[in-house]
Amino acid sequence: MKSPILQSASRYLLPILLLFSVFLLLRGHYYPGGGFVGGLVAAIAFVLHSFAFGTAESMKMLKYKPSAIIPVGLIVAAIAMFLPVLFGLPVMTGLWIEEPIPVVGMIGSALLFDIGVYLVVIGVVLTILFTISLETH
Amino acid sequence: MLFTILIGLITSCLLIPLGKYFRSPVSVALALLPVILFGYFVYHIPQVSSGETLYESTKWVPSLGINFDFRLDGLSLLFSLLITGIGSLIFVYASSYLKGHPYLDRFYGYLCLFMSAMLGVVLSDNILLLFIFWELTSISSFFLIGFNNDSAVSRKSALTALSMTGLGGFLLLAGMVLIGEMAGTYSIGELINASGVITEHPLYPLVLGLVLMGAFTKSAQFPFHFWLPGAMKAPTPVSAYLHSATMVKAGIFLMARFTPILGGTPLWSYTLLIVGGVTMLYAAVHSLFRTDLKGVLAYSTIAVLGVLTFLIGLGTEEAFIAAGTFIIAHALYKASLFLVTGVIDYQTGTRDITRLGGLRKVLFPVFVAGTLAALSSAGLPFSFGFIGKDLIYEATLTAGDPLRILLTVVAVIANICLVAAGFMAGIKPFAGALPTQFADVKMPSALVWIPPLILGLSGFALGCFPDLAGQYIVAPTVSALTVEPVEFTLKIWHGFNTVLLLSGITIIAGTVVYLFNKPAVSKIAFVERFNSYTPHYFFQKSWITFRRFSVWYTGFMHNGFLRSYLIKIIIFAEILLIYELVKGGPIYIDYGKLIPVSVHEGINVLILLGAIYLTVTTTSRLTAVVGTSIIGYAICLMFVFYSAPDLAITQFTIDTLTVVLFVFVLFNLPSFLVVAHGNRSIVIRDALVAGLFGILLSLTAIKVLQVPTVKDISEFYGKFAYSLAKGKNVVNIVLVDFRGFDTMFEIVVLSISAIGVYSLIKLRLKTSEKD
Repeated sequence: MKSPILQSASRYLLPILLLFSVFLLLRGHYYPGGGFVGGLVAAIAFVLHSFAFGTAESMKMLKYKPSAIIPVGLIVAAIAMFLPVLFGLPVMTGLWIEEPIPVVGMIGSALLFDIGVYLVVIGVVLTILFTISLETH
Repeated sequence: MLFTILIGLITSCLLIPLGKYFRSPVSVALALLPVILFGYFVYHIPQVSSGETLYESTKWVPSLGINFDFRLDGLSLLFSLLITGIGSLIFVYASSYLKGHPYLDRFYGYLCLFMSAMLGVVLSDNILLLFIFWELTSISSFFLIGFNNDSAVSRKSALTALSMTGLGGFLLLAGMVLIGEMAGTYSIGELINASGVITEHPLYPLVLGLVLMGAFTKSAQFPFHFWLPGAMKAPTPVSAYLHSATMVKAGIFLMARFTPILGGTPLWSYTLLIVGGVTMLYAAVHSLFRTDLKGVLAYSTIAVLGVLTFLIGLGTEEAFIAAGTFIIAHALYKASLFLVTGVIDYQTGTRDITRLGGLRKVLFPVFVAGTLAALSSAGLPFSFGFIGKDLIYEATLTAGDPLRILLTVVAVIANICLVAAGFMAGIKPFAGALPTQFADVKMPSALVWIPPLILGLSGFALGCFPDLAGQYIVAPTVSALTVEPVEFTLKIWHGFNTVLLLSGITIIAGTVVYLFNKPAVSKIAFVERFNSYTPHYFFQKSWITFRRFSVWYTGFMHNGFLRSYLIKIIIFAEILLIYELVKGGPIYIDYGKLIPVSVHEGINVLILLGAIYLTVTTTSRLTAVVGTSIIGYAICLMFVFYSAPDLAITQFTIDTLTVVLFVFVLFNLPSFLVVAHGNRSIVIRDALVAGLFGILLSLTAIKVLQVPTVKDISEFYGKFAYSLAKGKNVVNIVLVDFRGFDTMFEIVVLSISAIGVYSLIKLRLKTSEKD
């Protein structure tokens, strides 16, 4: 499946899709989107790359094993969950920075939590797909 | 009081890393733990005996009404003293008995755990907390009974004990939850005040049955007694500890604890009287047919437990006094007899009564301990057993009139057998001529003969000064059962009366039985002929049947074929749906509310139908995969048309990934199995199941429209999404904020499934590489 057309297309599509996935992640609080969908789109971006260049090549590009992203995501989500405890609030209370940040907008612990979900989803999907693809070919 | 429990738990945890420093001979130092705890409880005797009840509370799960509430009243004190006091001697004894055992540290770990669990049971003031410790005793005793884990018999006995007590524990929990629901509290103190509410509740018989099942299985009452003789496979210190003072007495404790809550009704009294009476007669007679020393002790223990159940059922103040006294007397002499048996077994290598004899010449101090214990168990004057037995007769004689004679006769017969059994275990191995094979038996270390001697001597010390135990321990115990202060004095001499006469008859008859009953293998064979009528046999049979059923059931439900799972799941769902739809009444469609179908929607449906047709008729897997993904995308479009963009995006990405996954594995799958080919009946069956499912789901969807929807929840989220969570996308707000906990667990589950896939594939390859 090493077609030059797909290879050059995915070279440009990968960053665009990743950007789109971040866009989905960030707008999730106000418009359709969110960490789960964003994560899936990002995973698809890498899968597309692996179709064009082969899974081994994609793994090389990622530098880290996709399974290593899972714990990072879980830790980020857990931090978002327990952050309010430091401020003496119950677990999972939403914390917000008073002033909106340019481009990104309002930032709160919910976004941090969503980033955790985003990372876990990427890690899980890529772990499953890449493992199967590497071991069965 | 929490510390008395924690200290044992901590010690057992510390023994995991530090265990290797506590193998013999240093292990005897661990006995300091129960000794200190014993001291703590002794220190509290004056306070408790003056009528005070000590409370202590630490919050745990206040929202469920479960807290570390502890109480120290007379009843708790009696048991705590036995647990720690006898525990101290067991700790000392075991350090020598199991000297050099490679797992001695592990043994002490289990023992500490068990002791803490027992203390937890007797000190809890919250029935749910009591239950937790109750289960902990079952689990820790499983490890103790199965300590010789390289023997299959030992493992089986441990499992039997665990399954019987576990079954009881399960029922007990149900009973306790019911009690909590009825009275609205789990605190024992408050339950005692609410006793009337429970005993007059229509469900009272059920509660009583459940709680008593817990107590009966634990205390080895007929017909659940058989796990106890099996548990004799444990090392002797364990038998001594579990069966004299702790494990089996937990059931007695439970009945005593619940006497002021559930007791006092005819149902309670008669159940306990009958079960206790049958148990004591059955086991007392049985004990005479045993040739294994531990077998004799096991059956006489069951008999004593029967007596105690019987006394609690009697429910009079005299009966409670007798029970309290007899618990102490029995714990002292039975622990001593077990320990003596252990020494004999260890030094001679046998516990067979028919072969043992004359050991007094080689094991003199052990002989003294055995004799003291046997005499106390026989109830000779100046032993504490004498006081106990007198009180039992006094209790039966003062019972209500129609039963008086019957109860007394039952008690006398059981006690006669117990006297004989006590002599068999404590005197028989030492009496008569010494067989030559035992001539060079060595004296064991003092650490193993001093503990039984202490127990034997304290039996006589208390026998000479009975009121020492009576005033300080038994009286507060009884007042914990009757919930009012009681006044009495335990005396050795009551004058010439019926009780004394019965005592005399018991001792003489028991001695006669002992002299004429020659334990022999032939007698065991005679008893075993009735084995197929015993409860043990019945339970074994039902286990085997249950296992057969499980094998069949697993084969039927879990046969490894995905299509078989799917069809079963779908049929089950269909049954549920049919039930709900039939129950829900007629279905009608309000045509006025429907909106017309637009052209693009119609086209989408046509694509959907075409894709479905393609999927079910194709003979190529690739086509089927493409077909299902078209179905998925068509559904995505539906979501887009009906304004559910979040669902649409998610469905779209998931569908894409599914196709990718299929493509990855396509070449490795077995050839596409078209089951239907050449087998019309399968096609028809599948078509029926699938078609019916589709129809039912459509009907459900129509039904949903006519049921007025509850909008509270969606309105709540809609209203507060912005004000509380500062977001406008309600779906996402629900995911990351309102139900954030769920999402957290979901991503954890996702991670676990990724690990699962990863390890399954890696493992599979490793084994194939080996091949």
